[in-house]
Amino acid sequence: MTIQPVLELEELTLAAPSTEILVNSISFSLERGESLGLVGESGSGKSLTLRAILGLLPRGVEQTGGVVRSKVSSAMVFQDPRGALDPLCPVVKQLTEVVYYRQRTSLKAARRIALELLERLGLPASLKTKDRYPGQLSGGQCQRVVIALALACKPGILLCDEPTTALDVTVQRQIIDTITSLQQELGFAMVFVTHNLAIAANLCSRLVVMKQGRIIEQGETHSLLRHPAEAYTQMLMDSVLPLPELEGGGVSWK
Amino acid sequence: MNTTQIDTTLPDLGKPASGLRRVLNTPSLLIGIIMFTILILLAIFIPYLSPYNPTEQNLSAFLQPPSAAHWLGTDQLGRDLFTRLIYAARTDLTIMVLAEIIPFCTGVMLGMISGYYGKWTDRIIALVTDTFIAFPFYLIVIIVAFASGAGERGIYITFILVGWIVFARVVRGLSASFRKQEWIASAQTLGLPGHRILLRHLLPNVLPQAVVVLMTDMIGLLVAIVTLGYLGIGIAPPTPDWGTMIADGQPFITTAWWLSAVPGFAVVYTGIALSLLGDGLADIWRRKG
Amino acid sequence: MMKSKLTLSGAAGNNGSYKWLALALVRALLVILCVMTAVFFLIRIVPGDPAKMILGEYSTPEALKNMHHTLGLDLSLWDQFTRFVKLLFTQGDTGNSIIAGTSTRELIAERAPVTLLLIVIASVLAIIVALLLATVAATHKDKLLDHLIRIIPAVTLGMPVFWVGILFILFFSVRLGWFPVGGIGEGWSGTLHSLVLPAVTIAFSQIPTLVRSLRAQMLEVLESEFVVTLHAAGIPSRVILFKHVLRNSALPTLMLLGVNVSYLIGGTLVVEQVFGIKGIGSLLFTSISNRDFPVIQGIALYCALAVVIISLLIEIISGWLDPRTKGKS
Repeated sequence: MTIQPVLELEELTLAAPSTEILVNSISFSLERGESLGLVGESGSGKSLTLRAILGLLPRGVEQTGGVVRSKVSSAMVFQDPRGALDPLCPVVKQLTEVVYYRQRTSLKAARRIALELLERLGLPASLKTKDRYPGQLSGGQCQRVVIALALACKPGILLCDEPTTALDVTVQRQIIDTITSLQQELGFAMVFVTHNLAIAANLCSRLVVMKQGRIIEQGETHSLLRHPAEAYTQMLMDSVLPLPELEGGGVSWK
Repeated sequence: MNTTQIDTTLPDLGKPASGLRRVLNTPSLLIGIIMFTILILLAIFIPYLSPYNPTEQNLSAFLQPPSAAHWLGTDQLGRDLFTRLIYAARTDLTIMVLAEIIPFCTGVMLGMISGYYGKWTDRIIALVTDTFIAFPFYLIVIIVAFASGAGERGIYITFILVGWIVFARVVRGLSASFRKQEWIASAQTLGLPGHRILLRHLLPNVLPQAVVVLMTDMIGLLVAIVTLGYLGIGIAPPTPDWGTMIADGQPFITTAWWLSAVPGFAVVYTGIALSLLGDGLADIWRRKG
Repeated sequence: MMKSKLTLSGAAGNNGSYKWLALALVRALLVILCVMTAVFFLIRIVPGDPAKMILGEYSTPEALKNMHHTLGLDLSLWDQFTRFVKLLFTQGDTGNSIIAGTSTRELIAERAPVTLLLIVIASVLAIIVALLLATVAATHKDKLLDHLIRIIPAVTLGMPVFWVGILFILFFSVRLGWFPVGGIGEGWSGTLHSLVLPAVTIAFSQIPTLVRSLRAQMLEVLESEFVVTLHAAGIPSRVILFKHVLRNSALPTLMLLGVNVSYLIGGTLVVEQVFGIKGIGSLLFTSISNRDFPVIQGIALYCALAVVIISLLIEIISGWLDPRTKGKS
């Protein structure tokens, strides 16, 4: 791991035209291959920050200050996997299209790469022969397709916007595992947005805690969780429901 | 993250605003009110404003172009066009308002019953609605107006028969969504009888949107009245009516085009005024609700 | 919340997949039955005696009796109804025209082609223009072009379609001489040439509502999350607009047309009258002035049937095109 950051945010400020400030002067940086957890309650500006990094702010939100510096390309995995796919377009076709435009291959090669990607992400082989629409896949399967779409962009940074919130608990675990193993294999950096501190703690080496558009605390995951400086962080930690003690085991992702 | 909201849906609830400031802050409503008031004032005071009689013929002065004496010229029977235009507003607007009363009430009632009770009541009302909708609006209007005898009475019968559907559909959807909400459920658990919930709780909530729909529907009704007049099965001459005026002017389209064009513009003017009123009311209720 | 399944859920062919189709068919059938009943009673809501309306106030009792027999009014209501239904199902007819003596079905079949042609041209025209305007408005949301396009419905809603026709005749036929003032020209090219202005008139009356709904529809699609995904994945904007957004707006457009068919037919009947086209519309007005009840009933019935069947077809087509109706478990 080199110490050269692939992404730097400097005093980024986002606002709606009604001069309401949504994200207020936030700064953090990300190193190659590092995973950063962006935690906070809903409405704290986490998702907007991701959209700013991606360069696709929602209509009506503007960047009013600061800079986003990034040396590599980024891709995003969304919260609602079904909503993130065109319902009228077969999934293989959607992926093929992305490969075609991003990797500048022939259509035929794009389709081959797309199918390989889907297989690697553990989607059934039946996709090869039969057109499947997003509505015909389960939520977890859709999310795998969305991850494949992001990977097809060969991103240096993967932005994950609560990728497991809309999924069943059993599927959440599988998706997290998939993302971590892909990260180890491909070595991209990651910004992981979640309100679930347990997930963030397991995935990320560093955490940034946001509240009402501001960063209130950031640091190494372990030290931050062991000695939270802010009451808010403590509150977020307390809000994770632990499993009742069963044979001495707690919640653990790995 | 939520993107900006789409503003094409109508507001869902709220009470009519009473404050004058609210009206002044809604340009569309203000302009609509002004446009409509001008028309109403003209229609009320036309006997004092114009020296001419709308039905008295003056064949020596027929088909005159606009002049100082006749602002919009005269028609083929020498009657002052402007005077007739405003008297026609009297006829058409009165019928428009009166013909909407019964359909509005029955439509809102049926829609509430259909949406609130659901099940078989809803199915039957939906089937009746579907049947009526299958007949092209103008076809059914023309046939019923003819069958019930041309003239004002025919128009009223026609709209009592077909006018309620629009309101029933809108209110049905609204009521069905309200039924699932908590405050209705809590009213039910308190043991309030159904008709009481409908009238005291549901009605005030569906009324604003029904009124917004009423504004647009009145435009359609006015256009239908005018169309019937044009086709010769609406208001009978010599009573001034925009539709018959357009029809009367049609043979002179090459020489005196304004005879047909001007009454049409009067309809368009009224349409814009009602549109603005509807949009404005929707705006106010959306902001409040 | 989403119910996830670990296997791919079934495609079309599953037991439940065609339930929507069966429901749509049953509903259409019920509506058709109701339409028939309504048409049967149409002649009976007339205040007074239809025979007297046909023959005039001073007709002889004998003539009245004959007319009652011709109309079948001398039978009991139930017998009249069964006779009506039988004739409808065996011959697709509502009886012979009192004036022409020929069957209503033939009269309608004779006039239908030009009306149908007019409706088809008008709707194609309306869709193309409406799609264009809606796309421009939606992609320029809250900019000047959008505001201009959004004013259109407010202004045109109050325009009587026959009046628009008259103005078009005044401008394009009388002033510019581009089109005939009325009637139908000779041969195919003549027919088409004389149908341009009426078709434009009908389309003109349809476009505002179409634009309004389409714009809302497209905005919803444009702001949906998958468009963000595609943008984020680096697909060019024009590809997203033409391949994804338009396709997603197409289905609702089709549905909208189904709802609008009724207005389209009604408007066409009136516009025919303005342009002196001898189609179903003029048949209706002749029959009305002749008090030709069987023909009026026939026109009402066939128009309503057309509306129900077209709506049903559209429902089936869109259900068939939309993968969402297939895979749902």
